[in-house]
Amino acid sequence: MSTVPAIELKGISKAFGPVQANKDISISVQPGTIHGIIGENGAGKSTLMSILYGFYKADAGEIFIRGQRTQIPDSQAAIAAGIGMVFQHFKLVENFTVLENIILGAEDGALLAPSLAKARTQLKNLAEEYELNVDPDARIETLSVGYQQRVEILKALYRQADILILDEPTGVLTPSEADQLFRILGRLREEGKTIILITHKLREIMEITDTVSVMRRGEMTATVKTSETSPEHLAELMVGRKVLLRVDKKPAQPGAPVLQVENLRVTDNKGVERVKGISLEVRAGEILGIAGVAGNGQSELLEVLGGYQTGTGTIRMNGEEIDLTGKDSDGQSRRRRGIAHVPEDRQKEGLIMDFHAWENTAFGYHTRGGAYSKGLLMDNAAIREDTQAKMDRFDVRPPNPKLAAKNFSGGNQQKIVLAREIERNPDLLLIGQPTRGVDIGAIEFIHQQIVALRDQGKAILLVSVELDEIMSLSDRIAVMFDGHIMGERLPSETNEKDLGLLMAGITESAA
Amino acid sequence: MDFATFLQILDSTIRLATPLLLACLAGLYSERAGIFDIGLEGKMLAAAFLSAAIAFVTGSVWLGLLAGIGASLFLSAIHGIASITFRGNQLISGVAINFLASGLTVLIAQSWFAQGGRTPALTDGGRFSPIEFPFAEAILPVPVIGPVYEGLISGHTAIVYLALLMVPLSWYVLFRTRFGLRLRAVGENPAAVDTAGVNVIRLRFTAVAICGVLCGIAGAYLATALQAGFVKEMTAGRGYIALAALIFAKWRPWYALYACLLFGFLQAIALRFQNIDIGAFTVPVEFMDALPYILTVVILAGFVGKAIPPRAGGEPYVKER
Repeated sequence: MSTVPAIELKGISKAFGPVQANKDISISVQPGTIHGIIGENGAGKSTLMSILYGFYKADAGEIFIRGQRTQIPDSQAAIAAGIGMVFQHFKLVENFTVLENIILGAEDGALLAPSLAKARTQLKNLAEEYELNVDPDARIETLSVGYQQRVEILKALYRQADILILDEPTGVLTPSEADQLFRILGRLREEGKTIILITHKLREIMEITDTVSVMRRGEMTATVKTSETSPEHLAELMVGRKVLLRVDKKPAQPGAPVLQVENLRVTDNKGVERVKGISLEVRAGEILGIAGVAGNGQSELLEVLGGYQTGTGTIRMNGEEIDLTGKDSDGQSRRRRGIAHVPEDRQKEGLIMDFHAWENTAFGYHTRGGAYSKGLLMDNAAIREDTQAKMDRFDVRPPNPKLAAKNFSGGNQQKIVLAREIERNPDLLLIGQPTRGVDIGAIEFIHQQIVALRDQGKAILLVSVELDEIMSLSDRIAVMFDGHIMGERLPSETNEKDLGLLMAGITESAA
Repeated sequence: MDFATFLQILDSTIRLATPLLLACLAGLYSERAGIFDIGLEGKMLAAAFLSAAIAFVTGSVWLGLLAGIGASLFLSAIHGIASITFRGNQLISGVAINFLASGLTVLIAQSWFAQGGRTPALTDGGRFSPIEFPFAEAILPVPVIGPVYEGLISGHTAIVYLALLMVPLSWYVLFRTRFGLRLRAVGENPAAVDTAGVNVIRLRFTAVAICGVLCGIAGAYLATALQAGFVKEMTAGRGYIALAALIFAKWRPWYALYACLLFGFLQAIALRFQNIDIGAFTVPVEFMDALPYILTVVILAGFVGKAIPPRAGGEPYVKER
């Protein structure tokens, strides 16, 4: 195309200490298009966009906005250049109204009243133009995540942004909310806005972008037209080798029930009931996937089963009832019964980030008389040796047991937790968000491990907010919404739309 | 209790509530911006000392006031640099300021005036004098209205009226101006302010500076209006009472006024009635004196319902992606 690019970056480099986050990156984004930037975690996508939004200063390189060489030392300059950013974690003041959030930093004068009045009219116009309806007087904390994201987009549009950067915008959305977002983005493109979409989800790139740039280890490896590429090809560009996107698994051969849950209720520490009487069963040799938007009681379900939250109801493990009132409820007693747990938040619950890998491998299994004990003391040499063996088997990189947990990448941290839990040969594996923040390459490996465990005849309860993951791993799918199980499906007999409705709390009878 | 006594109590309620109110509003600006300030006490104390000292030396209460504000601002700057620039712990910085003020004031007072850590008593020019409203004497004979106008409304020092004016002014600034919107936002979610292109650091320093000015006025009032000179530890925990009032007031200016009047009222009663006889039982003076502090403990222990502090309060802002 001969038009002047909306954004052109030339030779951008940025290093954080010894880590080269961006290496000589050049990219050109055409106006009125949706340009995807895809790459694994730590590939440098967010760093690049932070440079564009004035959060970081590049070590080298030039930025051209609409052909004009531009310095962006701070966010103010980015806004002035017509760039708006929608962050992954929203930057909204929770107890302010929509209107107050929109004018914050873009007020017209020292007094608020005229700005608020102007914003109210503008908002009405924007709502009509882009189908972005939000109640201007609603407090942010009362809005759903999807609406909060709209406020972020409106904030950018109110500041006259014609270049919009969205960082992992669908991470917190239900499928139907994501569809709505994409409709809005399509609408914005029609109106001539330029959109940069940062994501690690191949499906989104294929669905909505015009052009896609792939980043790997701080470098821009390719920029291609979306219509001329395929998910497989993009995955290969991202990882640097061929990747199996589909999980290769044989049909399940379920055996006897391992875990039986009846009418389980859980009230959290704030006194809010999060799990409202659910019943489910996981049998040997099958994976039960729990789908749902984050915060609908899945975490509490895992916590009770894992033994660090109390609840009411009945839970049977291999036919034996487990006490839920707290007396026999701790991680240790659950492990004795053959339950292993890979928690949702590996950095807070799965690992102690400042401890060495070998110390982390021993947690929960450093019992007296266990494999790691030597009389009253711990057999540290044995733990280190064992950790080394686990790291080799699980392909943890770098394979150094003496490295602190925080020095491993997300994927390798997850492999350490997974190795610890799986290698104890549990009857039931609870696993929450197994691939959150994990690279595609490592996702493939982790999925293979989960399926292999199933094929050994173990029961697996999988909780994930990634619908793709649920669909490809599960043998049965249960959808949670507001503490209830809305329905159960077989992966072969459902699709994203069907599950998406359940995730939004809509059952067939209501639809 | 006759009407005249009642008026006297209300009158001293206002006078005693004034330093609390100023300190409470000072804390309000700081904490609304996300900087917890336990050092209100120390700033008031430093201001009380320096204002009295300068007022005594120069004979001008206004120069004393300026000096008091200056002393308080200096401590505010320390708090700001420690907790905003260097992202230190705000509570520790505040406690340090309190210790610093407590020790330094007495030390310097002794070194300058050699009167056992106090300043010499201030005479007329060194103190704020009451402002008599027009016709106060003239309408005094009118029943009820006369005494109320003359005794309660008229006849306070300028700082009392200033403190009362600060209430609607603060409300207006916080909730009706651009500055107020940003100030409240930075105490709730500084990242939102930063990404909107507003300088978080400057905003927080401004808030801390306003806090310093108001604490300075409060301290100067103690030494040059309420009393005539500085004595050791003369703030007597007013900074902490102001903090309790701030929580009681849920970080809102009008509620702050009511909370401070309540504390002032308790202090006034303790001052007026030494031993209270209820039938055969006598409430000892010690209990009356302790009442404001007991209420402070009760409030700080959270017995007054849910008070939600600014969400980013106490946490230094670190820019992240």
